[in-house]
This record gives sequence, C-alpha cells and structure tokens, in this order.
Amino acid sequence: MINKFAVLRREFLAALPAIFIAMVSASAIAEDKPSANKTLAFIGAKIIPIVGDEIPKGTLIISGDKIVAVGAMDQVAVPDNAERIDVVGRVLMPGLVDTHNHIGGIGGADTSAPIQPDIRIYDSLNPLDAGFKRALAGGLTTLNIMPGSGHLLSGQTVYVKVRKADVIEDMFIRDADGRPTGGMKMANGTNSRSDAPFPGSRAKSVSLVREKYVKAQEYREKIAKAAGDVNKMPARDIGLDGLLEVLDGKRVVHHHTHRADDIMSVIRIAQEFKFRVVLHHVSEAWQVADEIAKANVPCSVIVIDSPGGKLEASQMSLETGAVLERAGVLVAFHTDDWITDSRVFMRSAALAVRAGMTRAGALKALTINGAKMLDLQGRVGSLEPGKDADFVILDGDPLSVYGHVMQTWVEGKKMFDRTDPKDYLYAVGGFGAGNEQVPYFCCFDGEGGR
Amino acid sequence: MIRRASLLISSLLLVSTAVPTSAQVAVRGKRVYTMAGPMIENGVVVVRDGKVAAVGPAASTPIPDGFKVLEAAVVTPGLIDAHSTVGLSGIYNIPHDQDQLEHSAPIQPELRAIDAYNPHEKLVEWVRDFGITTIHTGHAPGELISGQTLIAKTWGNTVADATIVDAATVAATLSPMAEKSEKGKSPGTRGKMMAMLRAELIKAQEYATKMEKTEPDKKPDRSLELDALVRVLKGELPMMITANRAQDIDSALRLANEFHIRIILDSGAESYLMIDQLKAANVPVIIHPTMTRAFSDFANMSFETASKLHKAGIPVAMQSGYESYVPKARVVLFEAAIAAANGLTFDEALATITIDAAKVLGVDKRVGSLEVGKDGDVAFFDGDPFEYTTHCTGVIINGQVVSDKPH
Repeated sequence: MINKFAVLRREFLAALPAIFIAMVSASAIAEDKPSANKTLAFIGAKIIPIVGDEIPKGTLIISGDKIVAVGAMDQVAVPDNAERIDVVGRVLMPGLVDTHNHIGGIGGADTSAPIQPDIRIYDSLNPLDAGFKRALAGGLTTLNIMPGSGHLLSGQTVYVKVRKADVIEDMFIRDADGRPTGGMKMANGTNSRSDAPFPGSRAKSVSLVREKYVKAQEYREKIAKAAGDVNKMPARDIGLDGLLEVLDGKRVVHHHTHRADDIMSVIRIAQEFKFRVVLHHVSEAWQVADEIAKANVPCSVIVIDSPGGKLEASQMSLETGAVLERAGVLVAFHTDDWITDSRVFMRSAALAVRAGMTRAGALKALTINGAKMLDLQGRVGSLEPGKDADFVILDGDPLSVYGHVMQTWVEGKKMFDRTDPKDYLYAVGGFGAGNEQVPYFCCFDGEGGR
Repeated sequence: MIRRASLLISSLLLVSTAVPTSAQVAVRGKRVYTMAGPMIENGVVVVRDGKVAAVGPAASTPIPDGFKVLEAAVVTPGLIDAHSTVGLSGIYNIPHDQDQLEHSAPIQPELRAIDAYNPHEKLVEWVRDFGITTIHTGHAPGELISGQTLIAKTWGNTVADATIVDAATVAATLSPMAEKSEKGKSPGTRGKMMAMLRAELIKAQEYATKMEKTEPDKKPDRSLELDALVRVLKGELPMMITANRAQDIDSALRLANEFHIRIILDSGAESYLMIDQLKAANVPVIIHPTMTRAFSDFANMSFETASKLHKAGIPVAMQSGYESYVPKARVVLFEAAIAAANGLTFDEALATITIDAAKVLGVDKRVGSLEVGKDGDVAFFDGDPFEYTTHCTGVIINGQVVSDKPH
C-alpha cells in the first residue's frame, strides 16, 4: 500500500492536491524510515556469496534494503545496534534471478500482427497471482516477466522484484530516472509462424523483422533531423519508440530460439542492427557453442526433463549448460514458469551439474549471470556490500533435492517464511494454493491439462 | 486390495516376454535396496537367464564364474512408471507420432495400447536411461473412455517383446479435460460425463446378460467396445479413472459403487481431501507427477499428496503422466525425488516407483523388487538416486545390460 503511494508520489506528485501530498509523503516516509535504519546480522550460515568463495561459517549484515557486510564470522564485526539472527546450520545465498518467465497472468501481443513492440507486458499483470507466491517459495527475487513466443516480437518485458505489491508498479525495478526497466521479447523458429499476417517460413520471419528494424532506423533519422522542431517530428509511434530503445542499447532483446540455424539467424540480425541480445531456451546451442562465444552473446538456458514436445526442441540436451560454459559463453537458467515450476528452479542448475557443468558456474547461472543479462548486476545477483538485500536461507544445499527454501528476503524484508502456514501452502501446494487463471501461452494446446 | 489385484492379474492374458540372449550378469552394490527387506550393505544381485538368481550380502552371495560383474554405489530394482503415455505419445509431437488420444468419439474402450505402442520411440529410450524398466502406458486422459492400457518393459524390438500385460486397465476420465467445448457435442458437463458413463456400463451389463443367457443363434452381435467393458464389469480389468478435483474423485467412487467395479484413481490432485472415502473403498492411487503444473484441474495440487495418502494407508504409485507440450515426457524418478523431499521417506518414495507401483498394477510377481525368481531388472546409481546430481550409471532389463553410460 505504502509503496503504491511512493510510486504515486514519484509520478503524479504535481497533479495531487497539496494537502494529500503532505499526507501521502508523511506516510511513505514513515514506512520507509524504520526499515532503512534497521540493521540485521545473519550469523553462522554457510554463505554462498556467488562472487568469491563459499564461506563455511559466515555473517551477512544488512541495513534497511541493502547489504552492508558479508564474510567469515570471525572477520565481520556485528554492529552493536544490529539485531542478531542465528542461522547456524543454514545455507545463505543471493535471491535467484529468473531471466524468463510468464508469471502474473500475462496477456501480451494478440493475433492481429506478428510484430507488436507497442505492447508492455506490465499492462496485463496481476500482482496477486499465486505464481508470485510460488516464485518466492523457490527463492526467486528478481524476475524478467515476458510475453509469449507466438510472435516474432510480442512486446516489452518487465524486470520486477517480488515485493509485497497491491499494484504491479510496486514491483517494478526502476532505472535512475524512475522508469520501469525491461527488455524486448522476440522469437523465431516455429512458434511465431502461422497464417498471414504471420510469417509462413524462416526466411519470411527474418525479412519481416529486418523490415521493422529498418523502419525504426528511419524513424530515428527523422527524429534526429527534426532536431527538436515539433513541426518536423514524425508522428509518434509507440511501437517504434520501443524499438528505438532496442537500437540505442537501452532495451535488451530477449530472444526465444531453439534450432542451431535459428540461433545463428538471431545473431545475424543482432549484428546487422547492432542490438544487444540474450538467446533464450537454446535447445541446440550445444551445436554452435563456439559461434555463440565468438559473437559474445549470452545464453539463458531452459532445463527440462526430456527433449521434444515440438520439433525445434527435439535435440535438447541436458549438457547444454556445460557445453556453453566450456565454450566461454555467459550462461543463465530460467524457469519459463509455468513450463517449469519456479519452486524447483534450483533443480535446473543441479541437473546441469549432473550433466557436467561446474558447481560454481551453475550457481552463477541462477544469480549473477542472469543479473548481467538484465543489466542489474550492480544491484542484484551476489552478496556484496552495497547491493540489494535480496537473499535466500536454505536448510540444505541449493543443488540437493532435500534442500528447502526456508526464507526469502527482498530488499531487507522477509517475503517468504516456510514456517508460516500461509507461506507453506504456496511452497508445497494444497487446497487454496491454486488460482483459476489459465495462462495465455503460445502453442500449448492444453490437451490433457484442463 | 493389493493381494486381490495380484491374483487377478494371474487370470489376465499374460504375454511372455521374449528374453533376449542375456548375458549372465551380477551387480555389486555398496547399498542394495531390494524393496523386499532391509537395505543390504555391500550386496550382490546375481541375474541368470534373465531372472534374479540370488540376492544377498557379498560375503555370502558368490558370483558364479564367467558372470559379467558390474559395480555401483546404489542398486535398486528396475524402476516402474505407474502411468505414462510414452510410446504412444512420441517426442516430435506431430500427428505422425501422437497416438495417445483418439478424438473421434468420447467412449472407445476397444482401443488397445498394444496396437499403438512404438517400442522404438526415443522417449522410451530416454526414460530407460534413467533406470525406468517398466511402464504402464497407453491412452491419455482427455476422452471419457480412451482405451486399454498396457504394461511393458522399456526394452524390446516389438510390442510383443516388451509387453508384460497387454490389457492392464480401461482408462477413463472424469475431469473437464474430457469435456467438449463445441455446442451440441457431448459430454459438455460433469453431469453429462457421468450420465454417459452410466449408460455405457448399463449397456455393457445388458450385453453381458444377453451373451450369457440367450441361445447361441440369438446372441447379440459381438461388440469390441462392450467386450472391453464387460471385462471391467466382471472384475477382470480395473477401470483407471483420471480425476483431480475432490468432487470428481467422489463421482468416480460413486460409479465404482454402483457397478461394483474395481477402480484405480489416476492423478488425484485433491485426493488429500478424499482420504477417508478412498480408504473405505479400497482404491489405490496413481498420483500425478509431483511437479505437475499447478493450474486449472491441478490448481490445488500438493507436493505432499503422496505422503498424505501413504500415511493414511492408501496404496500409492507414482506416475510421469501425460504431457502435451514441453517437456514431452517426465521422468518418474525425478517426480518421486520431489515426493521424497516433501514428506515421504527415502524408502517410501522409492517404493512408489518400485514395489508399490508393481502391486497397484498387479505385476509384483514379476517386477518391483529384487527377489529370487523375479525378472532381472536392475537400475544402478553413483549415489542417492533421488539427488539431482546423481547419475543412473546402468540399467539391466531381463538380464540384459541395456544402458551402461551415466545419465
């Protein structure tokens, strides 16, 4: 509630009556201040800071919403004013970063056109969706929520923290200018093919995409030529505005792609238009790992329990993470929730280790590497002083099936506690844990599921 | 219940598995879980001519000369997937390899899984490499009565090679997933589903009566459809009913009660609300994959359902289920693992994919445990089979080593 007011304060302050401003500001400050002053020391856990070696017995100190210290118990001084929390026997690691999911009841681009950069996924999200609760139960704190893959370009994604939220704005991760951050979702291969106006072939898919980016380039030139003269400006196009952010490197393209040749097509287009791209899913990346490394393009890998389900995923390998790691590619994992359940996200990393990836690499792929792909590595993804106090406390190893997330903290606030029956319900499921929403999802026919 | 199921199976048509020229093989394990007694440390399993010939501590269980010897940290019986559609639903998910559901009519019990099972399907090999040696597979949920299921080994050149039981259950669905959305098509509601099932079973009752009592020249024309249901009415085959909501589970029990048929509850997302009723009716549960997606019919699914049912004394087997998209198949070992981390003990979770699954399916005389005389189906691992990072390092089916690479 208060966060909502804080957002209102930021965005609509000028429009509000003076007396209301005073009231709202006071309450927002009142809520923010106590936590800002509060210092908590989590003492005695095995700490996996991600950046740096694992600490067998460590201390994490947070103040307000930030980490202020992390290190071995005997090397970190606990301030006198700190509340001491005993976490001996537990494992503490950064909150997980999920680079690709569909939580919140997404409703992105519709069937009217294959390229819809005007869509903002956050205009469709329900912050009360039970999926957010499950995400917290899995230790997820930072999410890239995306529209589906049934379009060449299905809209703008949004990066969120799983905060307590009455409205979706409460979850936004905002940039220095206060604007919500996010990427652009694109897809190639078979999901985005259909009857006209959708493309019927791979070459047509690329052609339509190139055409649109050329338009965006021309739009940019017109704006540049207008040099601020309102009369010379092109008519505003909110879709092309989105693509300009892609061309300017402000908005990363998150690209669904499976087959090796489709992966190479993405790289070809990204190089032509000089946009930044993260390859997602990448079932056949193991076939072109060196080419991906050479192009210096990161990969967000989905780990699923069997290949297939469609032709382009039939060559999926559990070894993809390991092969890409060895090739020197930046690797993250994603849930694609609800393709996989965010409550078992750590399992993705563990199965990759089973198939040859290093432990350190797999843990980075759940945290800091994903943060890098979202341009959020300065704020999340590792336990370092100055970063957001987003962390997970487990009762076992994160790569063990027997390890449970006991607590999830987001920006210094405990958002999930397995010992709280209300949270426990979302952690394991049960009567009332579900929601009735049927996610919009490309290409899932629902047969046998509904 | 379980004993009755086992006896029943002996009366079924058993297709003998053609045993390949099996190597004589023995497995040494640091920990051998026989599922027919306590775990044996430093144990040995000897497989001769495709059957388990000896099981015991290494010190007292000699390995005959000339036997191939394999070693593993952990040895278990070959794993059983108590309900899958693998072999009927193929990896590519194109019409060419999707035979798990026939949509031409809502009630088609005459469809036999043996006529649709592809033993060379890649997904069969995929699950086999993770230690699954027996699958109960066949028609998927999604039609009111979708067909007859099959119990097969995950090895064999032809369906006859692979088959253990050629008709294991008649599969039915009491869930909105069997409803038709098109106007004028039935069933369109829960009420209609039950009405159609009841009418069909009554028709089968009358057919059976006429077949038995009428003079030879006045017998009704033979109906493959009703023949299959008569087997259910006579108790020769259980009806496996897929239901998730508590109210649908209740409907399944109501049907079983009215027609005195033996049922197995399949999926059962809300079965934790129906424990007393399931127990009273002696109905075993083949529980949905632990990681099934929590939406729609499964909105209230729980990781702890297997544990809750087991604690109440209800026989529970684990399934990989049917997947319509990505991934195209689940691995039942992984699903049991999540149950082991959510209330079941290690042994109980392992039982859901070995001996308890065999009992629910009525094939425990042949598979599900490492006991002398049972099929030589063995899985081995380099650690706790449920740990994500453990590998299945080998699989033996009918005495033949069918996988020896870590997966």
